[in-house]
Amino acid sequence: MTDTVKPRDAAEVEQAVNWALADGKTLEIVGRGSKRAIGRAAQWDATLDLSALSGVTLYEPAELVLSAKSATPLAEIEALVAANGQELAFEPMDYGPLLDGATGAGTIGGALAANLSGPRRIKAGAARDHFLGVHAVSGRGETFKSGGRVVKNVTGYDLCKLLAGSWGTLAAMTDITIKTLPRAETEETVLIFDLHETRAGKLMAAVMGSFADASAAAHVPAPLAVRIAEIAAARGAVTALRLEGVAPSVAHRKAVLEKLAAPYGGLGTLDETASRAFWRAIRDVTPFAAAGPAGRRDLWRISTAPSRGAELGLALTGRAEAEVLYDWAGGLVWAALPAADHAHARLVRLTLAAIGGHATLIRAPAAVRAAVEVFEPQPPALAALSKRVRDSFDPRGVLNAGRMWAGV
Amino acid sequence: MTVAMPELDSAILARRAQIVAALRRIVPGEGVIASEDAMRPYESDGLTAYRGLPMVVVLPETTEQVSAVLAYCHRERVKVVPRGAGTSLSGGALPLGDGVLLGMAKFKRIRVIDFDNRVAVVEPGVTNLAVSQAVEQAGFYYAPDPSSQIACTIGGNVAENSGGVHCLKYGVTANNVLGCELVLMSGEVVQLGGSHLDAAGYDLLGVVTGSEGLLGVVTEVTVRILKKPESARAALIGFSKSEDGGECVARIIGAGIIPGGMEMMDRPAIKAAEEFVHAGYPLDVEALLIVELDGPRAEVDYLLDRVQDIARACGAVTCRLSNSEDERLLFWAGRKAAFPAVGRISPDYYCMDGTIPRAQLPLVLRRMQEMSVKYGLRVANVFHAGDGNLHPLILYDANKPGELDRAEQFGADILRLCVEVGGVLTGEHGVGVEKRDLMPAMFSETDLNHQQRLKCAFDENGLLNPGKVFPTLHRCAELGRMHVHAGRVAFPDLPRF
Repeated sequence: MTDTVKPRDAAEVEQAVNWALADGKTLEIVGRGSKRAIGRAAQWDATLDLSALSGVTLYEPAELVLSAKSATPLAEIEALVAANGQELAFEPMDYGPLLDGATGAGTIGGALAANLSGPRRIKAGAARDHFLGVHAVSGRGETFKSGGRVVKNVTGYDLCKLLAGSWGTLAAMTDITIKTLPRAETEETVLIFDLHETRAGKLMAAVMGSFADASAAAHVPAPLAVRIAEIAAARGAVTALRLEGVAPSVAHRKAVLEKLAAPYGGLGTLDETASRAFWRAIRDVTPFAAAGPAGRRDLWRISTAPSRGAELGLALTGRAEAEVLYDWAGGLVWAALPAADHAHARLVRLTLAAIGGHATLIRAPAAVRAAVEVFEPQPPALAALSKRVRDSFDPRGVLNAGRMWAGV
Repeated sequence: MTVAMPELDSAILARRAQIVAALRRIVPGEGVIASEDAMRPYESDGLTAYRGLPMVVVLPETTEQVSAVLAYCHRERVKVVPRGAGTSLSGGALPLGDGVLLGMAKFKRIRVIDFDNRVAVVEPGVTNLAVSQAVEQAGFYYAPDPSSQIACTIGGNVAENSGGVHCLKYGVTANNVLGCELVLMSGEVVQLGGSHLDAAGYDLLGVVTGSEGLLGVVTEVTVRILKKPESARAALIGFSKSEDGGECVARIIGAGIIPGGMEMMDRPAIKAAEEFVHAGYPLDVEALLIVELDGPRAEVDYLLDRVQDIARACGAVTCRLSNSEDERLLFWAGRKAAFPAVGRISPDYYCMDGTIPRAQLPLVLRRMQEMSVKYGLRVANVFHAGDGNLHPLILYDANKPGELDRAEQFGADILRLCVEVGGVLTGEHGVGVEKRDLMPAMFSETDLNHQQRLKCAFDENGLLNPGKVFPTLHRCAELGRMHVHAGRVAFPDLPRF
């Protein structure tokens, strides 16, 4: 049985890492475990359970800032800021439905370690863009801080950016400060029906370059649309564009958008309530939920130039019967491929190499994640640099070693 | 000049002729400048109190040349200082007498404009404004707008993570850059990011942005371009107390409004700006707020109504709305000319750049007045009110003995105060040499060591822009040593399962 260490505070996290260093052990860092199934399948000697580090320690809505211990449930933070008319603008997705069906299990630390975002990524950025300050314990067993509690700060290297998306391979975060932003007063979503991927891509590009100022743009091909309640009745492909803001602004921009979209196909609208539910489904990629019809498929998350998304999706559909969902105006391609012991990694990476971008194998059995590269392999100079960065924080490879790449 | 720079390496200086000859083989023609007169323009950046000639200036034109220059310097252990347009206000491009000054001015091409993906790929020597100009015909622009945008370059913006007056709503450089080509000190070339979002692995682009030229030399940048807002209007709001102005800013944001720009000036700054530009600023107020809303006209007018209501509730004594584009620009003209305006009322001024939690503004202004009395120097304040970035301008006369020193001490006290109230040393100008020795006010030795080890991962011999940012230089081997506290603590208290 794996040893579990459960520190009660930040000082004990430092002690725990020093214990691991002294005993030559490796640690798996866990908040509430909601994303444990993502990453290379590796073995660790012990679990560093941070779940006791929970609670919001500072929230000043007028200063747009919130601090919390790292394993504070994201749901708790989202409820708190919502009660003050605010939100986390990066719209962190919930991996629960994709991985095991449970929702609302993630922590703020996990959201940052995985650099989560959602449909609003194209307008408001990812977790990295809202990460103001951190206290963390590096793989050297030393507590350090970076950043602060103010938005504008160029004092020293921005280690928050580096920790965002590092999957716990550099340091165990203990305290976090993020930016909060006002939540839009209302929202509405314009739907365009029955577009082919390529044409949907063109429309989304046109809208994103217009005064419509859409905060989200997704394309749901026909086979997937029936899996989202708000658009199931369309019985065909649905392209969706979200408008957020004050009511007079949304009304004005809706007119701009409809004028632009009318030549493409039939139009529909989702009102505020339906719009919120729909974008939550897109955010959490529920058409590929573990409990749904695609639940056993291997799932890739691919970031590419928006104008190339359709080409990539169509190639994967044609060559391996992929089911594909497009977010970020085409720049985020979720591809669910029939389960295989190679997870179609070669096909995905070769197709992507010609197009540009990076692919991560989000869901596959552990044996598959042990056999194929989960994160995008890097060219030699970049891989060596990444390894040196890793070693600078954690020379012994104590924290989440091997979670991203072998040795990193 | 009070900051000590790394000691000159006499062995390197003794080989100067040989080094210059080798660099000429890499960058032919006029790309290597070695005569004292011709190097003179490079002796300082925008922080002119610090100056010194480099050993040699090199102006490469291609990534291959940059790579070869760095590889050579890496092999020969020659220091390198990268430089964009030289508009840094923190001495980030201050040359080293035994180092190569690597000027990126010849990287002037805009390589790709891609409206479908809303990105532009530009060389680092392209000015900030030129990016916006290149895409404006299609109604696009590049959002970060530092006040030096006519002159400053994208490469320098990446190095400093530059902001501007619109960054509360549109973000700073780090939020608007998607990729770069980076040459490491070893000469290796790596591509970070591109036209897609997010990093494939570690967010090295995020940490290179704002690294002040210590991690690598950027030879190409992919920036995000945005559709220009449909319209913009500004409100000019005066308050008889700075506290009221601060309260108004807090309430605007509390009401869920994020203006495109929100700037505050104090009485001395208002007066200087008005006398210089005649923008129609009220002279009988203690604080003047410019609030700009942008977007569809319907949204702008709707939100400006709310802003006016909030302003009145906060005790505003004047409130004017811009009724034309000319009037809006006039409102801004005073603010944008605030630095030169202050330059007219004092022989010299020293511009600070701390950031504070906004609620601390009244306290910070009060304490600054006390310091002003103590040091016998006047201070004028302009303030990016939305994000708490304060620019106190300390007025002094360099020709009066001791005034520069007093101004520097006053500035350091202000920055320590910013940190004390929960803020930071620099919001957008960078640490450079100027604030280097103040870093311990904000960071412990352990904090700084984690940063310096990151530097070691990029530049193992500390050759790239040494003497900047970090108050103490450590060798990488020494920093890298592990001190495992085996047996020292038994960790008896840790709950185990």
